Amino acid sequence: MAADPYDVLGVPRDATPEAIKQAYRKLARQHHPDLNPGKPEAEAKFKAAAAANDLLSDPDKRARFDRGEINAEGQEQRPAGGYRRYADDMAGTRYGPRDSAWSGATYDDPRASGTHDDPRASGTYNDPRASGAYNDPRASGAYNDPRASGATPDDIFAEFFEARRRAQAAPRRGEDESYRLDVPFLSAVAGATEVLTLPDGRTLSVKIPPGVETGQVLRLRGQGGAGWQGGPAGDALIELRVQDHTLYRRDGNDLRMDLPVTLKEAVLGGPVEVPTPSGPLRVTLPAHSDTGRQVRLRGKGVAAHGDRAAGDLFLTLRVMVGAPDAALEAFLRDWAPEHPADPRAGLEGLA
Amino acid sequence: MITVDILCARFARLSTDDLQRWIAAGHVRCESDSGAPCFHEIDVERVRLILELRHDLDVNEEALPVVLSLLDQLYALRRRLRQLGAAAEDDAARS
Repeated sequence: MAADPYDVLGVPRDATPEAIKQAYRKLARQHHPDLNPGKPEAEAKFKAAAAANDLLSDPDKRARFDRGEINAEGQEQRPAGGYRRYADDMAGTRYGPRDSAWSGATYDDPRASGTHDDPRASGTYNDPRASGAYNDPRASGAYNDPRASGATPDDIFAEFFEARRRAQAAPRRGEDESYRLDVPFLSAVAGATEVLTLPDGRTLSVKIPPGVETGQVLRLRGQGGAGWQGGPAGDALIELRVQDHTLYRRDGNDLRMDLPVTLKEAVLGGPVEVPTPSGPLRVTLPAHSDTGRQVRLRGKGVAAHGDRAAGDLFLTLRVMVGAPDAALEAFLRDWAPEHPADPRAGLEGLA
Repeated sequence: MITVDILCARFARLSTDDLQRWIAAGHVRCESDSGAPCFHEIDVERVRLILELRHDLDVNEEALPVVLSLLDQLYALRRRLRQLGAAAEDDAARS
């Protein structure tokens, strides 16, 4: 807190503005930083004098400082006697004299004794609140506010705190807590139980039903924050994020995958082994297949769950010619197709 | 209107136990706002006054009602004096 500006300038509290100005100029000359290089205390004094002058040279600020409304740094201060401002006002009747042992005996209320007969004057200070309170036969009448419909402040306060205490003591359900869980693609397809490690070191077993998708939220009842006062625990809300898979793509409940096949398998058909999510499966490819041909494996997609039937697995064949092969080259050189066709026919029209 | 929580937030040294006791004793008034006690600015200043009396001036809980009662009488007289002064000025202006 800054020092009293009058002390800083060394002037009396009733100093004239001229005296203040003179005192400030004298100090400013004495302690000016440019005239006192390398003397930090001079600079501090110069600043203090400037601040004091700033406050005292402004008649408005000076008056407010003198009244105690602002401090030496010019900041607002609570005016002294805050209660008096209200008590001197008519609002002060809220706290009228009390009909009690210390005040009642000696206090002569003109209204009560009837000696005050000026109708104007009695009209002005016959505040209904004050007179109502004053005439209350009970000793505590001064604070029985008739506007509060009979309930005394004491009752209001006691009831409020009783209600608050009850609310705090009542069992309350714990908070729900949100977590995020990465689910491996195949767990989302077939269903699985994943383990979620919570920030506090606890682990939760999360049963993943088949067919979950990214963004889906699982609610584990009672696995959230602990309840208060015997209340039930909150729930753990687990937002799932299904990871991608190199081989499979989800398409709703169906799965899609590319199946590489040899030229011979594509042309002649035959049994091939397909790695499905539920394990390797021997599939007989139809003859006369080509790249892009789709083969549906019923029920090999997302596992059935509840009323929902299992999805399918769609294989899209990709013919792989493979490593150079002399026999194949010799065959193709002598080969005349039975039905010559241009696979690029019609592409020009699309370009 | 000022709630209990706001009132307690304004004064670090005000406890709800003290407040409840002062309300029960009639030192501080409050009103009911749908069941919750609420206060006017004058009540806030009244609490400040009581806190200053109790803590800064070491007025104990037994002496507090005496001090407050005397203050209340003093302010009642000041209000009345002011009204009488105003009434006298009215009379002077009219005659």
